[in-house]
Amino acid sequence: MYFAKIMACAAAVLIAVPAAAEELRQGGKLLLTNGVTTIEGASGGGISTWALIAGNETTDGIGGSAHVSIVVLPDYDWQSHGAAIGLFDRVELSYARQNFNTRDIGAALGIGQDYVLRQDVFGAKVRLFGDAVYGSPWAPQVAVGVQHKRNLDGWVARAVGAKETEGTDFYVAATKLSLSTSILVGATARLTKANQNGLLGFGGDKGEDYSVQFEGTLGYQLSRRFVIGGEYRTKPDNLGVAREDDWFDLYAAYAITRNLTATAAYADLGSIATVPKQRGAFLSLQASF
Amino acid sequence: MLLTALALFLQTAPSPGEEPVDPYEIKDSNAGATPFSGTGMLEAFGGKEGIRRIVDRFVDANLADEEIGEIFAGHDQVRLRRTLFEQFCYILNGGCRYTGRDMKSSHKDLGTQHADMNRLVENLQAAMATEGVPFAAQNRFLAKLAPMKRDVVER
Repeated sequence: MYFAKIMACAAAVLIAVPAAAEELRQGGKLLLTNGVTTIEGASGGGISTWALIAGNETTDGIGGSAHVSIVVLPDYDWQSHGAAIGLFDRVELSYARQNFNTRDIGAALGIGQDYVLRQDVFGAKVRLFGDAVYGSPWAPQVAVGVQHKRNLDGWVARAVGAKETEGTDFYVAATKLSLSTSILVGATARLTKANQNGLLGFGGDKGEDYSVQFEGTLGYQLSRRFVIGGEYRTKPDNLGVAREDDWFDLYAAYAITRNLTATAAYADLGSIATVPKQRGAFLSLQASF
Repeated sequence: MLLTALALFLQTAPSPGEEPVDPYEIKDSNAGATPFSGTGMLEAFGGKEGIRRIVDRFVDANLADEEIGEIFAGHDQVRLRRTLFEQFCYILNGGCRYTGRDMKSSHKDLGTQHADMNRLVENLQAAMATEGVPFAAQNRFLAKLAPMKRDVVER
């Protein structure tokens, strides 16, 4: 239903943009410059949001993408899927559903064996200025965005001490591929209250206000199709009963075709819901047009 | 006065096999980028002969390209190959002078879109890869061309 709203929004934007009256041009982005999809549904890496806009379109067209991601951890399974629309390489509208299977921990915490914590994330991003590839090597592509998160298992979030079951993140992201060194650099500042991305609600006994968190990535482009790198993401630590750690990953992304990108990563998500050392494999497939 | 006119005429007299063009001031800075220092990049591109093969493959690919072939079709192919070679050779520090027009006037009214520029880059990448230019060196060269986008793509 919410996705239908997003589609309706997109349609409204289309009607409002004069360029739509001219001939739209399908595709045209350089490989990998639409990024892959984060666990929150935005264009970026796996855990950090970048200033790139989803879809294969350029400033003269409309594109989109769909993704499925899994993170296999020692005690949990994370799964997310969703879709995004890119409008004229300017605006990105995204939706992602996150499903977090608590497996045996669910039973141990008393919420039920294999209890799945679910969350919807609705995102909007606007590229303000700059180009991640072209132009001055010192001028990054810069975007701002919002992510509205609706935890669908609010009773669990409240039980662990969260203040809210819905929350909205605000971020500004800068991304640049330095062609002279083949190095990709990205940095994002995010205002958020989310506990474990929002899967454990928003705010808590240790803090109920927004805090500024950082996301960064460094990558190296090995070929037109292949980039390797790492990401780091700081997170709030609002819940007294469940310590939260920063996230870290090492990734490899490969553009199999213009329309299909695969990502594999080693991810260290630290302590989640009282269980430490959640390190495992992140795998993601993104289709785009 | 007469000398200046004569100099201008000599500068812009068409090379063999090329159509005449309107006079313009010839200077290396028309290439739109400063040359690399040293010989590393020139060697990575296989010297002048390598650059010539890359330019020929690049122009052939652009002409045959179903998306951007039309943009190239109307141009003097002899002059295009010569000036592109000069530009690449100059930037790669191959000891060439660039005698073509600057990027803004040479791309004026072509109606080039962002997707065309990207397509051109992909054709250049393919031509460089075929010549065996290492990817990092390909990117270093593209870094010299990337700032030209504002003069090539029409907004």
